[in-house]
This record gives sequence, C-alpha cells and structure tokens, in this order.
Amino acid sequence: MTILTIQILNSLLYASVLFLISAGLSLIFGVMRIVNMAHGTLYAIGAFVTAWLVGRALALGVSLGWLFLLLPVGAVVVALIGFVIEPLLLRPFYRRAEEYQLLVTFGLLLILEDVVRLIWGGTPLSADTLMDALPSVRVGGLVYPGYNFVVIAVGAAAALALWLVIYRTRFGVMLRATSQDRRMAAALGINVSLVYVSAFAIGCFMAGLGGAIVVPTQAAVLGMGIDALILAFVVVVIGGLGSLQGALVGALIVSLVRTAGIQFFPELELAILYLIAAVVLLVKPTGLFGEA
Amino acid sequence: MKAEPAVSHRSALPLAGAALVILLGFALVPLFAGTYQTQLLTYGLIAAIAALGFNLLLGYTGLLSFGHSAYFGMGAYIVAFLAEDFGLHSMEGYILIGLPVTAILSALFGYICVRHTRIFFGILTLALSQVLWSLAFKFFWVTGGSDGLRIPRPTLLGGLVDFTGPGAFVRFINVYYYYVLAVFAICVVVMWVIVHSPFGKALQAIRDNEVRARFLGLRIRRFRWIAFLISGTFTGLAGILWAPLNGLATPDVLYWTFSGEIVFTALLGGFRNFTGPILGGIVFTYLKTYAVATTEYWQLLLGVVLVLLVLVLPTGIVGALTSLATRFKAREKS
Amino acid sequence: MILLKTVNLRKQFGETKACDGLDFIVSKGEFLSLVGSNGAGKTTLVNLISAHLQPDSGQILFEDRDITFMSVTDRIKAGIARSFQIVNLFDGLSVFDNVALSIFAREGKTVKIAALADHDQDVRDESFDVLGQFGLTSKSAVPAGGLAQGERKLLDVAVAYALRPKLLFLDEPTSGVSTREKTQIMDTVSSVVRAGTVTAVVIEHDMDVVFRYSDRIVMMHEGRFLADGTPEEIKANTEVANILLGAPLTA
Repeated sequence: MTILTIQILNSLLYASVLFLISAGLSLIFGVMRIVNMAHGTLYAIGAFVTAWLVGRALALGVSLGWLFLLLPVGAVVVALIGFVIEPLLLRPFYRRAEEYQLLVTFGLLLILEDVVRLIWGGTPLSADTLMDALPSVRVGGLVYPGYNFVVIAVGAAAALALWLVIYRTRFGVMLRATSQDRRMAAALGINVSLVYVSAFAIGCFMAGLGGAIVVPTQAAVLGMGIDALILAFVVVVIGGLGSLQGALVGALIVSLVRTAGIQFFPELELAILYLIAAVVLLVKPTGLFGEA
Repeated sequence: MKAEPAVSHRSALPLAGAALVILLGFALVPLFAGTYQTQLLTYGLIAAIAALGFNLLLGYTGLLSFGHSAYFGMGAYIVAFLAEDFGLHSMEGYILIGLPVTAILSALFGYICVRHTRIFFGILTLALSQVLWSLAFKFFWVTGGSDGLRIPRPTLLGGLVDFTGPGAFVRFINVYYYYVLAVFAICVVVMWVIVHSPFGKALQAIRDNEVRARFLGLRIRRFRWIAFLISGTFTGLAGILWAPLNGLATPDVLYWTFSGEIVFTALLGGFRNFTGPILGGIVFTYLKTYAVATTEYWQLLLGVVLVLLVLVLPTGIVGALTSLATRFKAREKS
Repeated sequence: MILLKTVNLRKQFGETKACDGLDFIVSKGEFLSLVGSNGAGKTTLVNLISAHLQPDSGQILFEDRDITFMSVTDRIKAGIARSFQIVNLFDGLSVFDNVALSIFAREGKTVKIAALADHDQDVRDESFDVLGQFGLTSKSAVPAGGLAQGERKLLDVAVAYALRPKLLFLDEPTSGVSTREKTQIMDTVSSVVRAGTVTAVVIEHDMDVVFRYSDRIVMMHEGRFLADGTPEEIKANTEVANILLGAPLTA
C-alpha cells in the first residue's frame, strides 16, 4: 500500500512538471496557432539556469532559505528569452504559410540546444542541495522527500493561477478573444501584438518553471529538452492542443502510464505511451479536449 | 484541325539532353578529383536521394515531416543486421531486402501520421522517429547501442570487381561512386515520372487546395499515404547506400537532428521545384563537412542558417536562381 | 424527368433554420436559378446536396437513388459537381493542369503513377476542348494563381464542368467579375445546358443575369421557398418583386 502511495506521489510529481511544460505549449498554440518546437529546450534552459544559479549562490555562501527564491528566477529568465524571440523570430512569419513557422521554431530548437551545450557544456548540473534542504516526510513506513510535495504544489498552484488568469481576468478575456479570431480582436481595439508576446512569454515562463522546479530532483542534462518535448507532444495529442484541461488530464495520464511502465515494462514505457496516444487519436483525432 | 495553344508542351528532349550532360559531368569526376573528393560527392549524391524522397512529401504534397531520419536509419541498420546476423555482403541483396523493409516502415508510420492535420502530422513524425531512436538505444544488445554496428565492405554486382589487395580502398571508392551514381540516376528518373504523372498532379492539387481536391472525388488520405510510402522508401534507399560507405551504423542517423538536416537540404536547394533538393543535398554535404571541421557547435550554425534561409531565401538556391533568371530575361526584353 | 429531389430537408445552425423542410425538385436539362437575400439558405442547400454538410433530417434523392448519406466521392461519381462562391483553384498548377486534373479524377486515372500526365492524348484533347469553351485557351500555361479574378471564376466553373456532371451547382459564378466576363460565363453554361449535357443550378444575385438565362427561378427566403416559376411568372409575382426590389416590376 505504501509503495502504491509512493508511486502515485511520483506520478503526481511528474505530472506537475509535465503539466507546466504542456500547458505552456498549449497556451502558445491556442493563442498564436504556433507549435513551438523549441519548447522542450526552454524547459531545459530553465533547469540549467536554475541549477547554475544555485551552484553559484552556494559558492558565494548564500543561505539555503534564499536559494528557494532562485527557482522562479530560472522561469523569469526563460520568459525574458520568450519576450525577445517572439517579436524577432516569430512575428515575421504570421502571414506566411504554416510550414515556415514550423521551420523557424525548428531552427530555434537547433540553435537553443547547441546554446545550452555552449554555455554549460556536457556535464550534468545538479541542484540537489535544494532538495536535501527540505526534511523528508514519512509516508506509511517509508521516507519520502519533502521537496517533492513542493513540486506537486507548484504544479497545482500554476494550474489554478493559469485558470484564474484565462477565465477570470480582463487579460484572459483578451487572450481568449485573440485566440478565437485575431482580426476581430484587433478590430475591437485589442493590441494583438502585445497579447501575442505576452502569451508567448507566459508559455515560456511555464516551461522554464517546470525546468526550475524539477532540477533539484534530477540533474540538468543535455537532451532533456527533446525528451520533454516528445512527452509534451504526447500529452497534447492525448489532451488536445490548445486546451488547459487537456494539458492537465493528459499530463496525469502520461505520468501514470509512465510510472506504471517503468515499474513493469522499462523498455517499452515509451511505446506504451505512443500506443495510448495512437488509440486516443483513432477515437478522437483532436485529442480528448481539443477543438476541431 | 485543333489549334495547339500556348501550353508549353515541355518537349522532353532538351530536358533529357541537359540531364545527360550533367550525368556525364558526374561520371567524369573520379578521373579528376582525388579519392577524398569522390567519396564526399558520393555522400552528396546519397543526401540528394534522401532529399528527393523527402521533397515528394513537402514540395509536392505539402506535408512537412520532421521524422525522416527513421527511414534513413532503418535502411542503414537493415544493412548492418544483414551483414552481421546473416553474413550477407551483396549490395544488391541489401537493396532488395532493405527496400521492402523501409517501405513497410513508411507505410506503417505514414498510416498513423497522414490521418492528421498538418501540425499534428509534424509532431507525430518527430515523435515516431524518436521512438525508433530510443529503441535502437534500449535494445543495445541487438543494435550495438551508441557504439553502433560495423558494416564490412560489400560486394557489388556479385563480386564483379575485386576489392582485395593493394589499392583496394581507392578502387572501392571509385566503383562505389559509379554504383551510387547509377542508382541516383534511376531515382531521379523515377521521381521525375512520379511527379509528372496524373498521380503527381493529384498530389499537387491536394497540396494546393484540399477542399477542391475532395470535390473532384479524390481520396485525400490515400494519396497522402502513398506519397508518404514512396517518400520514406526513397530516403530508406539513401540509408541503405550510405551504410556500407560509412562502414558503421549508429543511432545518430535516427536522431531528430538528422531529420533536421534532411529538412534543411530541401530548404537550402528550394523545395518548390524538382532539382532544388538534389542541389541542396549535394551542397549541404560539402557545407557540413567544412562546418564540422571548423566548429564544434555546428548544430547552432545549422539552426541559424535555417532561420536565415526561411527569412530571406524561402525558395532556396534554385528558387532564387530561377527568379533572378526571370528578372534578367525581362530586363533583356525591355 | 426529375433529376434531383429533396424531401423535407432540414438544416439548422443554432437558432437559424437555414433549410426549413425543403422539397426541392430539379428537372433534367433545365437551367435553374436559385435567388434570395443573403442568409436565405441557398448555399446551405447546395452544401447539403453536394455533401459539404450533413442534413439534420430529410432525404436527398438523385435519379431516384437515396444519396442522403453518400460520401462526397460517391456523389461525384453519381454525377453531382459544384463550384464555389470563393474561388477554389489549384493555384500552384497551370490552368491546363487544373482542368486536366478534373478529367483525370473523373476517369479514375489519378492512380497512374508510371505514366506522364502530358502524354495522355485523350485527356489533353478534352482539356483543350473545355478550355476553348470557356475562352481560357490562351492562358493554359499560366499558373492558376496568376490569373485575374474573372478568369479565375471562369476556371472554377470549367474545373467543375470538366467532371461532366449530370447536375452542376454554381455558387455565385458571376460575383466580382466584369460584365463581359459575366456574359462569357453564363453564355458558356447556358450553351452546355442547351446541348443537353448538363443540368445547371446557379445561385445568383444579379437579377439581369437571372432573368436572361434561366428556364426557372426559385426564390428562397429564411430557409423556405417563396416562389418557383419561369422568369415571366416571377416577374408577374408582386410579392416576390416587393421582396426583391421593394417595388413591383413594370410589365
């Protein structure tokens, strides 16, 4: 029973991180109709930046309490990157054919993956001091890292915050209006460019946050970006691209399957995920919560 | 008497003539270039075949695949398995067995992918090729993992030419070049016929206007699936030709960055015309060789050039040359 | 002889009844104009018959066969074709190829992958035939995307016509074109109907065109048929005239 609880907690942790990444991807697509191929790499950058900052801060002798404040910093850095990328690289392509947009974000993927390698090299960067800083919790007869609950909490909080922003604020109304009909929104006086860059920055923030909160539990390594991207793709395929609930439900499903898969069929865990995605696609091609 | 109007019934003759001249030029290369250059150009022709296959899907059907490394890699690994596990060394054997296998893979992956919209299509192609890559890693006792599998020198045309003794390597490189050149020529002709056939016209129609194509009674999904099948098989053939030359099959050629390279070659040459990917494949091979020798971060360079290409030169080299030529002709007339 | 018949055809979009229990009959060989204000339901009716939309209820019978649930492909095979209100062409292909493709599709020749499209003499001849009928011969090599608006409309109709349908639906074939081009389009459609090869149903707003070419005019209003008759009968119908023009037509 205890082991089951641990497994469920692990799933929730994983789902939390996956949700952050996928929700960001979905938000960007929902508002701007762009699939950000570099999204996984932004998650990786969030992880690397955070790990690096923690390392530097520790070297400077900063106390552990303050270190926790560095977590959102990683996310903010990624958001800033998004603020720069959108007007520079994405805006010129909104009028062009879909292929060109995909190609540009793919080019961005190539660039950012190598930039990560350039800045931080091939060695993994860890921030496990943060994880060790929090006390372990007793779950049944076993011991479980307290930090993991932080990750789950952040994920849940982010889901709530995102829902509030999208459905309960004026900005959220503008977001939804723009995603429904860009031209109409502009005609109504909404500053579409601002909405776009904000949406993109928020999406990037989410990805960066995912990386930031995950890095204390697992070191930042090269290739983590693309692995995350593929999983985020599976999540949005299952949940539906452009849907917040879809990202949540999809993340939960994918994590549960992955946890179960690792337990019983380690080699085939990815294959099982794809099987599920394939089944969902056959039954509902736009995903569980997706629009046509 | 029916008046034959202004349709340029492109007489095949001048086109065939030009192609023959170019083929002759290619045939003369080993006589003047050194072994290294010949080998490099062989890789270039292989890349051109891969790009040609890829572009059937992009340029002519309007589907952008980010997962073509799957078919190239499959082709390469099939050769490795045949060599290692079955002791098969005949190049013809590799092609005869490898082609149907890559065709089946393309058919399977294609079936999954073409059921979906453009965006999901791209995502699915990427995801599926990554699955294959991760399988190559996970089942390392079969695939040799990251070390890959060695591929010994094959026999060509049933051992017609002897690759033993002194000067064997040079002999192999030269003969293999002509072998690949011959296959390349066949591929070009086959692809040319395909895109100029009624089937090819239907593909382009579907690319241009899916709704209207449906209202002509065309079954969209089926056409796209067949295009995918052909596309993957061509790229698989490139992988089959590549493996014995490289001597080693590694998971790199299944990884997503390799798919990116294939995309890049089509974009570089220009994906809106027939010869663009051919030129792109050859040029890219040279560019990559020199770039890799120059910098460690050549993926970054690739990404930057890709973005620049899309921004500035979306029609690629051939496209740019064509519009320059048209502008020149117009200026001459005025 | 009745070619097409709908029975109590209904289609609703939210609160709006685009087709409110329509019994529509088209006789073979006639040139029928479907008129009415915007939103009357004309395009929806055509969409239902051409399988662009599925009806909420009702039946569609073509040559006494129930085609209500038939797919687009099958309806085309049965002999129904349409052009679109917003021009829908294959911009990357030449004018010639646009028409030729229609013929290849009709003949089931699009499966041919080992033969050159240009070498099919029958298709070539027929394509030039059709292009000639629509006055597009001189533009055959031009990519469809490079044509002027009026020519694009002509080509749009030509592509639908090249399917040699029994029943051809034209959705506003003369909107946005010059008077000369209007005449060209309508003359051509009219002549092929006269030749007995096609039955045409045309959605039109230009009443001059409607009165000049139609054998029969059907007027729709808010999802229902308001009037149905020859041009003379419609002209004499004051109720129709009031709705159309706000005043009765002079005799």
